[in-house]
Amino acid sequence: MHLQRADNHTWRKAKSGLASTAAFVSALLVIAPLGLVFFHLVANGASSVNWDFFTKLPTPVGVVGGGMVNAIAGSLELLALAAAIGIPVGVLGGVYLAEYGSARVNSMLRFIADVLNGVPSITWGVVVYGLVVLRFKGFSAYAGGLALGLIMIPLIIRTTEEVILLVPNGYREAALALGVSRWKTIVHVVMKTASKGIITGILLALARVGGETAPLLFTAFGNRFWNHNLSEPIAALPLQIFTYAISPYDDWHRQAWAGALVLVTGIFCVNVVVRILTRGRTASVV
Amino acid sequence: MEIATPPAVATVEPHSARRAMAPPSRFGDKAFEWLTLAMAMAVVVLVILLGWELWRGSSLAIKKFGFHFLTTSTWDPVADQFGALPFIYGTVVSSLIALLIAVPLSIATAAYLTELAPLWIRQPLVSLIEMLAAIPSVILGLWGIFVMIPWLRDYPFPLLKRLFGWTPFFTGPIYGTSMLAGGIIIAIMILPIITSVSREILRSVPNLQREAAYALGATRWEVTRIAVLSYAKKGLFGAVILGLGRALGETMAVTMVIGNTPQIAASLFKPGYTLASVIANEFTEATTDMYLQALFEIGLVLLGTTILANLLAQLLLQTMSTTSTTRAVQ
Repeated sequence: MHLQRADNHTWRKAKSGLASTAAFVSALLVIAPLGLVFFHLVANGASSVNWDFFTKLPTPVGVVGGGMVNAIAGSLELLALAAAIGIPVGVLGGVYLAEYGSARVNSMLRFIADVLNGVPSITWGVVVYGLVVLRFKGFSAYAGGLALGLIMIPLIIRTTEEVILLVPNGYREAALALGVSRWKTIVHVVMKTASKGIITGILLALARVGGETAPLLFTAFGNRFWNHNLSEPIAALPLQIFTYAISPYDDWHRQAWAGALVLVTGIFCVNVVVRILTRGRTASVV
Repeated sequence: MEIATPPAVATVEPHSARRAMAPPSRFGDKAFEWLTLAMAMAVVVLVILLGWELWRGSSLAIKKFGFHFLTTSTWDPVADQFGALPFIYGTVVSSLIALLIAVPLSIATAAYLTELAPLWIRQPLVSLIEMLAAIPSVILGLWGIFVMIPWLRDYPFPLLKRLFGWTPFFTGPIYGTSMLAGGIIIAIMILPIITSVSREILRSVPNLQREAAYALGATRWEVTRIAVLSYAKKGLFGAVILGLGRALGETMAVTMVIGNTPQIAASLFKPGYTLASVIANEFTEATTDMYLQALFEIGLVLLGTTILANLLAQLLLQTMSTTSTTRAVQ
């Protein structure tokens, strides 16, 4: 009897250890793709990230060399357009959810924002195509920027709301007690206190849409040349990577790897900045 | 969060004092409140915009094909005949493969992160998973084309064929680009989200649960299984559905590895096509109005299914978070 119980105990202990090991292996498998992707990006892309890559336009088919300077510039322009739409709407909308409104309506709006965050990015491309491209008869940087901006709105609303709710009520009460009006309290005290968190949310949203390809396929469309007119098609780094990756040319594959390495480096840099900004607090990217 | 407005004591003060103490003009307050309200309503506008634009863009196709659009499998732009069944099939099958791979791995990882792992390893692992979530789809697709596909073609696929070739799922020639490869790449894309949402859920399980199980002499794994995982079942299901929503809409990476052939085949080694990939591939090539209409309708189907999945997921997650907080209070 005694022996049996001891046996049973060892068996349960062993099972516990086994389960822990299995869970550990699962965790390794989950992060394995990260390591593999990173390794191959560096192995295949690093040698092609050179001065030409950052300064030259793509060469015609069959001509080796060239770079992606127009795509990098295009991506930055698209992000600026997206920011112009996504940041004001997202931040102020987040302020409303945190500061005003009834609990019922707000939880509804929050719910809708969460659902919107799950809408596939390609649907935004289709919608903006119908809204802008068909109406104005042409692909344009504006359309691409709008698609990315719309994706940013629900992302920023949620992060802004979350950080504004973290501001202690005492701050608001102190300002109101001094006779400061409500909206000045919100702008100068609450939002200022939460500014680091708000910026974090904005940066994460930019990093997220900066890597988006699907919504740009038929809005920004891509361009092999410089574009100095925002109502014309414009190149973007993720688009260029996609075009080059599915092309049959070895030299384009080489450049796709280089472009991917540059894009991932940019996105990871933003994430590192975010981590420094939110040190001590846990940042969530989803 | 309501903040009490300053009480209207000023009205009983003498005239001069009243002016000095008068509450500041309400105009700025009202204007700011309305401005932020308008911005918050943007989410409602966006939902209406999504539905309305896709509906408007596909109204002719809906009228012409009706319900048959979802049940027929002819996709012939030349003859203007469109049926979305192969794409629906491809989306469902690739998403199911993805869930089959991702769900056990993510939930085990979430359990490891909250219950089983040594404390020092938890934060670094969480950071790495967040980094995986930050990798753009197109880059995973690039890696899929040039690294994952050749590897799958040379090692795991022949092995699967040898072991399970007697089932209809692993038969036929192995090209590499296939439904199975699509499912695997989607699994990689949804691993981080299921893991981090599950982790949040497990963290919200009250400690009393664990303490009670430990007090009964349970081992660490028994505590995790009996007190934590089964307690969090509903929330974990929500996390899985949320992952399903992402899987259904995943576009670039799948498009690059699934083979893009509209067919319904039992063998997972055969290429497939998904709703999102057909939009990505054929949208700019849509030459006739009806072709474009059909693609808009596919967008509508995609929107409908992902919104349904997300609604269900959010509801499940919400009930989970409310029950856990109320019970924690008791």
